Amino acid sequence: MTQQPNDRQEYNITAYTENQVGLLNRIAIIFSRRKINVESLNTSPSEIEGIHRFNMVVVETEDVVRKIARQMEKQVEVLKVYFNPNEEVIWQEMALYKVPTDIIAERAVVERLLREHGARVVVIRKDYTVFETTGHREETDKLLAVLHPYGLIEFVRSARIAIIKDSQGFHHKLREFERREPGAEVSENEFLGRRDKVFSM
Amino acid sequence: MFPNPQLQSAPASAEAPAASPVSGAVALLQGLVAEGVDTIFGYPGGAIIPIYDALYDFQEQLNHVLVRHEQGGIHAAQGYARASGRVGVVFATSGPGATNLVTGLADAQIDSTPLVCITGQVFAHLLGTDAFQETDILNITTPVTKWNHQITDARDLPAALAKAFYIARSGRPGPVLLDITKNAQLQLFEHAAYVPCTYIRSYRPRPVVRPEYVQQAAELINRAERPLILWGQGVLLGRAEAEFRALVEKSGIPAAWTILGAGALPTDHPLNVGMLGMHGNYGPNVLTNECDVLIAIGMRFDDRVTGRLDKYARQAQVIHLDIDPTEIDKNVTATVPVWGDCKETLPLLTQLVAARQHPEWRQRFRDHDAEEVAAVIQDELFPTQDELTMGEVIHQLNQLTQGEAIIVTDVGQHQMVACRYARLNHPRLSITSGGLGTMGFALPAAIGAKYGAPARTVVAVIGDGGIQMTIQELGTIMQTGIQVKILLLNNQFLGMVRQWQELFHERRYSCVDIASPDYVTVANGYGIAARRVEHRPDLQPALRQLLAHPGSFLLEVRVTRENNIFPMVPQGCGVGEIRLK
Repeated sequence: MTQQPNDRQEYNITAYTENQVGLLNRIAIIFSRRKINVESLNTSPSEIEGIHRFNMVVVETEDVVRKIARQMEKQVEVLKVYFNPNEEVIWQEMALYKVPTDIIAERAVVERLLREHGARVVVIRKDYTVFETTGHREETDKLLAVLHPYGLIEFVRSARIAIIKDSQGFHHKLREFERREPGAEVSENEFLGRRDKVFSM
Repeated sequence: MFPNPQLQSAPASAEAPAASPVSGAVALLQGLVAEGVDTIFGYPGGAIIPIYDALYDFQEQLNHVLVRHEQGGIHAAQGYARASGRVGVVFATSGPGATNLVTGLADAQIDSTPLVCITGQVFAHLLGTDAFQETDILNITTPVTKWNHQITDARDLPAALAKAFYIARSGRPGPVLLDITKNAQLQLFEHAAYVPCTYIRSYRPRPVVRPEYVQQAAELINRAERPLILWGQGVLLGRAEAEFRALVEKSGIPAAWTILGAGALPTDHPLNVGMLGMHGNYGPNVLTNECDVLIAIGMRFDDRVTGRLDKYARQAQVIHLDIDPTEIDKNVTATVPVWGDCKETLPLLTQLVAARQHPEWRQRFRDHDAEEVAAVIQDELFPTQDELTMGEVIHQLNQLTQGEAIIVTDVGQHQMVACRYARLNHPRLSITSGGLGTMGFALPAAIGAKYGAPARTVVAVIGDGGIQMTIQELGTIMQTGIQVKILLLNNQFLGMVRQWQELFHERRYSCVDIASPDYVTVANGYGIAARRVEHRPDLQPALRQLLAHPGSFLLEVRVTRENNIFPMVPQGCGVGEIRLK
């Protein structure tokens, strides 16, 4: 049961919650109480009105993440929590880069730059240009390195958003929450349900 | 200000008789009455004056107990809830009134006690301005409440109150705090009728039981040679004492209790093998590490119960019945998790387990009991030395109460003695601060317990350290005339810390020599009868006087100064390493 520190890896936590004042704090203190740093946090309305979706990233062991996910799900205003390592999700981060227009136009091969990094131009003004790209951390980092020599003015990267690969009937399941007596698959505690083999003497 | 759509009750239909406007404060009190509340423990202040003003007209229905400090108020509400099984209700004002609740909230949270605490708050337009007596009580109390919420619009109040009661008492119970701004208390609105809450879409307090896990648990139990049941407060919270007893008696499995589980099975039941943990009984601790199947029911494997985890029941298959999935696998990995309300799961399990006796296995517990009696209990209950021991006081008390009284204890050596030796014939007779270990708990909790169970004798067993933490609540006793029997065990030390300093810090008694006032004079000053005894021949007559006196009574018993509580599982040791001396 006790895992070594090197079993730690990135986990993506997905939580569906009510949209309530104070809930973010209630969730945040589950992490801070255990001295766990949240690497990335995104929260926004889900496809269902009134229900929010959290995407969080932590570097921890599976055992710790499972316990945190249960603690989150225990909160009155949290509907459902899932956790997945990186290989089980499709994830993206978005980045914006602001560079001086004169330098970029004069010295960089803009067209090649855009093509190689899947970037697009959001704004072109006389004094600056804003590029945008999405991808994994390494990809947004790569464009950052490329733009550095051209007098980068400002850079920002969003939190990670992630879609779970194995989310069969996910949307349908969410809809179940709107019913007063949801089916067993929703009432089930996923974390206990995953126990396949039960015991041996 | 707009009402919160998630808290709005269904709009009244057009045909419904037009309701007359009421204030938020009146709606609150109407809601409390509708929830069946009869007693409120509280203390007024500026930001909650409108609620107290409304209370003036509700004195027939709601008995408000004016405490002397908000901490006393919340501990009293905890005592009330634990003795009665109902939700305890507390009123406090904003700022210091609200922050004084924090210790009680933390205590109620860790001991799963259902409370609804109402705090006043400054006017909504003053929030965040550092107004007089403004404090951010929601963020302060978030880690120590099951749920909390601020109301700034009276129209949200009835639904929020209904939600608060539902959350406090359903599933694994816990404390809830509602913070109501002064404008919302004053605001008039059209209030049709109070509708209790029975459903919150994001909250599933009653798990769906999976019969296959119950089946697997039963198979494991039926194959076991040396099974052991550990039960906790979950059995009491789930009101499943009868179902629990049926399982124990059919399966013939010895059962041991956590400090909060005490009383679910009577003390003298032949299958009750005693208390678990650091100062628990010798047999159940040692044999935890020899059983083959451990059946944990409504308990959470606290570190005071398990000792060192890597030396805890490594040989055993663990069946864990709990309503709270975060407890399963938290400290001890379960072979079979039975997630559910034990009121529902226990009968299913009882049906499937074989009727057995386990005579040899049970003999092992009796053998260990004999060892413990010889090494510890004999000297504690029947001392030969001149000075009185705490154990003999509790033993003599048992002779008089016959296991029918509520015993409320504080925290420390006297708590361990009282919980180890108190005789309990029924559930809800032992009330103590278990998880948080809050000194100062007993006196106010005993007041609350008497309100919660007025037909029972309530004895507050308190040390000389703990009583001085909340001694002002003698004023509450004086004013209300409530009957509490205060049994003060005075060893003139902060005894538990002194014991640790003796055993683990070379007798360097740092800051544990605590002086006491003349308790008899103090009690008399509050109009409470009192007596002090220090010699054995006086003890029994004094205890008789304590119980027979018509009204509250404080009995101070001077006990030997440097007694240690044994058995003891030293910190960092396994339960198998429990010491008898």
